[in-house]
Amino acid sequence: MAAKKLNIKDKYRLLTRDLDWEFSYQDRNKAFPFEEFEGIKITDWSKWEDPFRLTMDAYWKYQAEKERKLYAIFDAFAQNNGQLNISDPRYVNALKIFLTGVSPLEYQAFQGFAHTGRQFGGVGARVACQMQSIDELRHVQTQVHAMSHYNKFFDGLQDWSHMHDRVWYLSVPKSFFNDARAAGPFEFMVAIGFSFEYVLTNLLFVPFMSGAAYNGDMATVTFGFSAQSDEARHMTLGLEVIKFLLEQHEDNVPIVQRWIDKWFWRGTRLLTIVSMMMDYMLPNKVMSWKEAWEVYFEEAGGALFKDLARYGIRMPKYADIIEKEKEHVSHQAWWTFYTHGHAAGFHTWIPTDEELDWLSEKYPDTFDKYYRPRWELAKEMEAKGERFYTKALPQLCTTCQIPMLFTEMDDPTQISYRDSIYKGDRYHFCSDGCKDIFDDEPEKFVQSWLPVHQIFQGNCGGPDVEDILRDYYQMNVGVDNMDIKGSPDEERWKKWKGVA
Amino acid sequence: MPVQAITPDYAGDIKDRVENFHGNQIVYVGWDHHLMFCAAFAYPLPPETPFRTLLEEVMPEGFSLHPEWDRIDWDQATWLLDGEPFTPQLDVALKDQGVGHKSLLRFQTPNLKGYQDAGV
Repeated sequence: MAAKKLNIKDKYRLLTRDLDWEFSYQDRNKAFPFEEFEGIKITDWSKWEDPFRLTMDAYWKYQAEKERKLYAIFDAFAQNNGQLNISDPRYVNALKIFLTGVSPLEYQAFQGFAHTGRQFGGVGARVACQMQSIDELRHVQTQVHAMSHYNKFFDGLQDWSHMHDRVWYLSVPKSFFNDARAAGPFEFMVAIGFSFEYVLTNLLFVPFMSGAAYNGDMATVTFGFSAQSDEARHMTLGLEVIKFLLEQHEDNVPIVQRWIDKWFWRGTRLLTIVSMMMDYMLPNKVMSWKEAWEVYFEEAGGALFKDLARYGIRMPKYADIIEKEKEHVSHQAWWTFYTHGHAAGFHTWIPTDEELDWLSEKYPDTFDKYYRPRWELAKEMEAKGERFYTKALPQLCTTCQIPMLFTEMDDPTQISYRDSIYKGDRYHFCSDGCKDIFDDEPEKFVQSWLPVHQIFQGNCGGPDVEDILRDYYQMNVGVDNMDIKGSPDEERWKKWKGVA
Repeated sequence: MPVQAITPDYAGDIKDRVENFHGNQIVYVGWDHHLMFCAAFAYPLPPETPFRTLLEEVMPEGFSLHPEWDRIDWDQATWLLDGEPFTPQLDVALKDQGVGHKSLLRFQTPNLKGYQDAGV
């Protein structure tokens, strides 16, 4: 007898919900031990609405098709020496940050979603998380392949996963994800699925993928297109998680709100690095960070939180501070990297005069007043042959692990300092947002692996900064780091282009 | 609750306890309204270090790159120790005047407004 073809509805049921089973002789709570300790109450998993109706067989088919197209373009890019078509060698430094700072997060997301895809008691949620997990693994792989071509022609891309684990500024993204993965499965979903993938992801993807397009990077922009349909699924999952948690029990509302407050704050701190890429590292600019923030957070996010108000959810705490910070953070961050350019795994530079004027135009209220003078000073020092590199290590925030570079928003020339005492020790924070997160869970954050302190404890080799860079970070000192002026990257570019 | 953990009575390993710094303590020093330096500096110092050593031997390497450094009149400068007004005693050890592990020292030089008077 010929097998009857299943209709779509039946197939969907059999390949998702029907994968579950009843626990007849084992304790269900022991099968899902992570489900209760966060205080989240789930009364009925069957109310979970699958955010995207996709079964595994269709998933493989779609992804394989996308993959074929993507790798055909990577091949064409490599064979046509696509690296010669980028706008300017400075652009590649944004890719170096992406590969060392963001791609490893895709891998951490793969691990995190695999965990939630095992631990949720509801089969619909498990299947959705498993698919996202596989997506994330695909993203790290395709990003590595998209950028591997650049590794043949530019410095600083050779040891990205090693660097992610050790380099001082990469402890920022690494610890962000470690925090989420060390939380329970529901917090992980609010942190990554909702706050990051749903609310903030456009602020990462737009600059990168549009930035790649504007700067002639066909490989990365094609990766972006290939990931887009995955990202759309991730966003729907993030939103479904929030709505499901809020609808299941009213006691979930304050817990979810606390997680939204925390992860929105952590997310914006993490995006500081993207802000500086947009404003300073893309030779052909897409839009300013401030503009991106207004479009993708204030407008889109504002509408979202209006929608969530009916569940009793309000705007994330400190959204008012963040609104002011959009005028400042990119400038403060790039200055930090410029002045630490000897210890970075990529090149830094003073913006061109044209770029300084663009910044004045985009930031009429802040740039000329607070930030242009820094670049005037840097130019003055460079002209004297004394390119400014800071000579001591910075104080770091215990929570976000970023150097304490952020200023008071009502006094932008004053560093913002906050601290807490816990069990007799003092801990420092860049902001009220980071202080609140610590105060909420000090036993978690007393474990922060702060790179500056680790260096002083002798755990990173040394004693000199150069020893640490060479032996512990495995950077090619004098090649990967320092100003772009006079770098091997720049020399090679000039040779290819036939300019002196 | 000091942490949301699946393990009952979970306690974290305090990474930055003073014992881990081989006899040193960490002291942070920041120059208010001088953002040529993006953040305060962190120094590992023996707690017995006299304040004078910090001021005259430790701080200059990093801070002296600032064009205003040589113009600071230290008699006029004011200090905050962990947020409270503080008068350093130059020949007294850090630990004997309340500068502890991970203390933050900030100094203010109101007559010096930074490069181009812009707080840089």
